[in-house]
Amino acid sequence: MILILILYLVLALALFLIPKKLSKGIPFPLAFMQLVFFVFFISQLSLVETEKARIISIEWIPYLGLNLEFTLDGLSMIFVLLITFIGFLVFIYAQVYMKSYAGTTRFYFYLLLFSGSMLGLVLSTNFIQLFIFWELTSVLSFLLISFFNEKEKARKAAFQSLFVTGFGGLCLFVAVLLIGSIVDSYMFSDWLDKAHVIKSDPRYLPALIFVLIGIFTKSAQFPFHFWLPWAMQAPTPVSAYLHSATMVKAGVFLLARLYPVLGGTIEWDYIVTFIGALTMLVGSYLSITQVDFKLVLAYTTISALGILTMLFGIDTKLSVKAALVFLFVHAFYKAALFMLAGYISKQTGTRLIPKLGGLMKFTPWGFVIALISLLSMAGIPPMLGFIGKELIYEAKFDSPWMSSILIFLGVTSNVFMVAVSFLLLSKVFLGQSKTSIKSHNTKYKLLLFSPGILAFLSLGLGIFPDMLTPIIEPALNVIHSGNFQIKLKLWHGFNQILLLSMITALLGLLLFIILNRYKSVIKVWNRINSQIFSISFTNVFFKGLDRFISFSGKNTRLIQHGYNRYYIITIILYTSLLLILQLYLTRGWEIGLTFNLKPFYISGLAVVIAMSVFFSVFSKNIIFTISAMAVTGYGISLIYLYYSAVDLAITQIIVETLMVVMFVLVLQGLPKFASLSSRMAKIRDGVISLVFGTIMTIVTLKAITVDFNTSISGYFVDYSYLKAYGKNVVNVILVDFRALDTLGEITVLSIAALGVYSLLNKRK
Amino acid sequence: MNSVILQIATRYLKVLFLSFACIAVIRGHNYPGGGFIGGLLAALYIVYSSLAFSVQQIRRQLKVKPQYYIGLGLLCALLSFMPSLVSGAPLMKGIWFTIDSSIIGKIKLGSPLLFDFGVFFTVMGVTLLFLFTLSNHK
Repeated sequence: MILILILYLVLALALFLIPKKLSKGIPFPLAFMQLVFFVFFISQLSLVETEKARIISIEWIPYLGLNLEFTLDGLSMIFVLLITFIGFLVFIYAQVYMKSYAGTTRFYFYLLLFSGSMLGLVLSTNFIQLFIFWELTSVLSFLLISFFNEKEKARKAAFQSLFVTGFGGLCLFVAVLLIGSIVDSYMFSDWLDKAHVIKSDPRYLPALIFVLIGIFTKSAQFPFHFWLPWAMQAPTPVSAYLHSATMVKAGVFLLARLYPVLGGTIEWDYIVTFIGALTMLVGSYLSITQVDFKLVLAYTTISALGILTMLFGIDTKLSVKAALVFLFVHAFYKAALFMLAGYISKQTGTRLIPKLGGLMKFTPWGFVIALISLLSMAGIPPMLGFIGKELIYEAKFDSPWMSSILIFLGVTSNVFMVAVSFLLLSKVFLGQSKTSIKSHNTKYKLLLFSPGILAFLSLGLGIFPDMLTPIIEPALNVIHSGNFQIKLKLWHGFNQILLLSMITALLGLLLFIILNRYKSVIKVWNRINSQIFSISFTNVFFKGLDRFISFSGKNTRLIQHGYNRYYIITIILYTSLLLILQLYLTRGWEIGLTFNLKPFYISGLAVVIAMSVFFSVFSKNIIFTISAMAVTGYGISLIYLYYSAVDLAITQIIVETLMVVMFVLVLQGLPKFASLSSRMAKIRDGVISLVFGTIMTIVTLKAITVDFNTSISGYFVDYSYLKAYGKNVVNVILVDFRALDTLGEITVLSIAALGVYSLLNKRK
Repeated sequence: MNSVILQIATRYLKVLFLSFACIAVIRGHNYPGGGFIGGLLAALYIVYSSLAFSVQQIRRQLKVKPQYYIGLGLLCALLSFMPSLVSGAPLMKGIWFTIDSSIIGKIKLGSPLLFDFGVFFTVMGVTLLFLFTLSNHK
């Protein structure tokens, strides 16, 4: 398992080694690899059934008790299969689709990394680790949406999605930390054991809310749904893969994963069901009036995600089962439709539905695929979608609370779905052809392969739904810990659920007929919509962002004004203030120091140093000032020598010499000191310097009398030769005991030098 | 400045300065000295010679850009990690081995010495970069 994850990373990096000429052939081997993984995971299926879970654990940060933990159980199996299988199809699809664009290597790099991190996400049972993969998928989604980075809209969309999902990610992290603090572990198994502790903790509600915000942003739930339609700026393979089949389902996955830990409480039930139902309704309602093929699909995706969320909120065995089945239903038909949309836009050059029509003549196979997928979306037998919808209705009937309201909302939403399906079918494929396909392009034929397989599955699994049971059963047992046997059937017998389905289909058909016959209805509808939804979330988002940026700009200009003198004054004043406070608090001004007389040459040296300082301040000539400063430095180095700090003394002498020479070299061309500062400024600077100098003097004097912990220097002296084979303790500290510090210092030095270099050369 | 005495003196001082800088690094582990002092000494020589000639002239004579010295220094410092990493010891633990040669006696070599050379090159490069940039800026 881990090997597979590592393989993804290595291969992704290796993509850049492939020469340009061969880069067109990249996706086929990668698709094949995904297929191999898919088969591998399928072969693990029986293990999952019998053993329940395969856990691989690697030590990561032992002193924090964190292990990397990968678990392949029934739940992760479902997602793993989806990711690898859809991944396989998407790579094949992308082979043709992305051929004409530049930078495909980058594209496959992102896409492959995404597959890997998505796998990592669903396999993780350490939540810190899961969070890392979670964020990785967000970042990769950002990179993939902005793949056509020359388009401003794509950049904006990418930024928006990153902002929303990143915000959710942070919330999720907070929640993980909160729950982690309750049970003192980040392992899923520990969370599961202590689920009742978590639920009774006062931190449960905030943790739940943060988790749900994370999930809702990722899975585009209302009111965070607005980033998903925008994300359709991405290349179509990305829309099919990330934004319908896998990444947006990560939130659903987490819902399922955390269900045994956090679920089953009133808060969970109400929030999740309510938000899910609302999203379901809003998504399907808004999809009707869209004109862009991909946008229609995006809104129906939002609706489907809402259904999934809602089902986890209803919180019964039936609802979870329905959710798991619907996961497949949706992945199959939606990915197929997205790919088909890409195919159509490639062939005709447009994705706008009013411009399309009568495509059945041109692509009979495309029509068949669309027919199957759309019928599955509408929930018409014998498609898999029908079974999914039946199960959902059944779950709603079975719901312990609000059953009738949920059914009503569900039927309404499904009526819209049916209408949208028929609208798409009739407007795009039937009727008069409005765009002439200039040349019948056969080179895009292969684009139909992947959606074809998916459509075949929608149909085939609809007729033989029992083939899904070995996959769904273990997952159900993981989520609802127990041992359930389930049966999936196309024909449930004649009961109220079937009746409901028929009503839905009829109403949907009616809506479709109305919309189709009276074109003005849609226009009116659009107008009503623009009235109701006059507050577009996207606009609010971007306006808020602009405000935020201008605010931080003002803020920055206030603090980072660019005057070096004021920076220095601020730093010095603040430091002085802190020191004064500390001295005041600890009565630090009382220095019990006895002055003992040093030999006359040291005292004399002190006098010389003081004099040269005085001279350097009041000199009118720059060379004199520099020389006087040098005298100060040399004097200090002599004092070092007196205290037998040879290394320090040598360094000081050399540095002084270098400084003088450099100053002379650099400054000899400058004019005499000019007095530019006003009298007031001079007095102010003088006062500040005096205060700072006085405080530093007190601190230095204080330092002599304070008892330091002598054990460290003693240790260095004792072990310098024994452990580091050096007699020069200073040097041993620098290059051995504290070598990491030294490394930091020389790095800082280098960066400073490069800074000087680039800043001064820029002005040329 | 155009002093013939200084110009000729630098030529002879070159050997003295640079060998002294190297010795400072090598003996640094046991006696006063070390990479920092050595680097400063080496830089000092170049500063002196640019006093005797001109910064531009010295810059042209110096084939290697100071940036590369900085890079070399940081690389040396990083490479000095490798022995401790490979041997599984704590990071940056000094690894030493002794070469017993009959001519000069025992020579001890170790990763801290490599690290010290890293410091040497970095300090020299940084100083030179400062010097060249500042004098170029006039």
